[in-house]
Amino acid sequence: MDCGADPAGLKIAGMSSERTIRIERDILGKNNRMAADNRARFLTDDLLVFNLVSSPGAGKTSLLVRAVSELKDSRPVGVIEGDQQTSNDADRIRATGVPAIQINTGKGCHLDAAMVGEAYRRLPPLKGGILFIENVGNLVCPAAFDLGEACKIVVFSTADGEDKPLKYPDMFAASSLMLINKIDLAPVVDFDSAKTIEYARRVNPNIEVLTVSARTGEGFAALYAWIRKQAANQRRPVGDALP
Amino acid sequence: MHEMALCEGIVEIVEEEARRRSFSRVKTVCLEIGALSHVAPEAMKFCFAAVAARTIADGAVIEVIELPGVAWCMACSRSVEIAQRDEPCPCCGSYQLQVTGGEEMQVKELEVD
Repeated sequence: MDCGADPAGLKIAGMSSERTIRIERDILGKNNRMAADNRARFLTDDLLVFNLVSSPGAGKTSLLVRAVSELKDSRPVGVIEGDQQTSNDADRIRATGVPAIQINTGKGCHLDAAMVGEAYRRLPPLKGGILFIENVGNLVCPAAFDLGEACKIVVFSTADGEDKPLKYPDMFAASSLMLINKIDLAPVVDFDSAKTIEYARRVNPNIEVLTVSARTGEGFAALYAWIRKQAANQRRPVGDALP
Repeated sequence: MHEMALCEGIVEIVEEEARRRSFSRVKTVCLEIGALSHVAPEAMKFCFAAVAARTIADGAVIEVIELPGVAWCMACSRSVEIAQRDEPCPCCGSYQLQVTGGEEMQVKELEVD
């Protein structure tokens, strides 16, 4: 509906040019288009991309330091780090010998697809490998922004409080996997695993759950098996077409 | 405050439409916001005034059409309305719900001059 619009864009004296224009455009349209571009590039490069999200302090970086150290010998691995300030996280990743690009968002509370596209251009080639994007520690804003990842992984720590999935439902709804980290602390903090999983599945009945400790390495074998499964799923459409 | 980033997105959309359809003033920006989307309508109104200052949308009023959250209940095989993601099916109490509507964040129409 375009009430009163004149296609020539002319104003006629004595007539009001006031009108209502129906546009129906997605507020996140620009980010979603850039995320689609990233996703296409990642597929071309046969790259599996995970977007790690959590509250600050849940252990995303420690988890990544262990994972990239253990995965880097079998395939190319890279990391994009997002924080308001400092390059501390990228420094920790680089100390393992894995390339990392730090994005400082300044006042920003989340990574967006444009930032990730630019950071990816600065990484060395990772063809056939894995890219981990560590988002800004924030359980609200990053839920809204597609970066072009294969899926989001929400990292939850046993010290976070079992009801986090109910308090921040958007993030748990947007994630495919919940990694319960710091499981070695569970007895100390009286962590109730069943309750956490029940709450997470209230907001996302399909969410998968794995339990790990970035400190001790417990549960990482299952995480790598899960990653291999995702890689197989991503490649299936191509694989099926081959003889 | 991802509402700021979303409001910047709205202003960009308005500026593009202004170039395309040659208008110079926006009186109202009408949004469609779902109950299960990532923003609260009030927060959008608050942020928009700040982000739109000194742009073509300066002074425009934000109107919000709120859309209900809709989900398919896998237990009772019917479409139900929910206000939040952690709500059970109002009919059978199951949490086996697949969200089918209410995630919209759209600029629906502009009232321009």
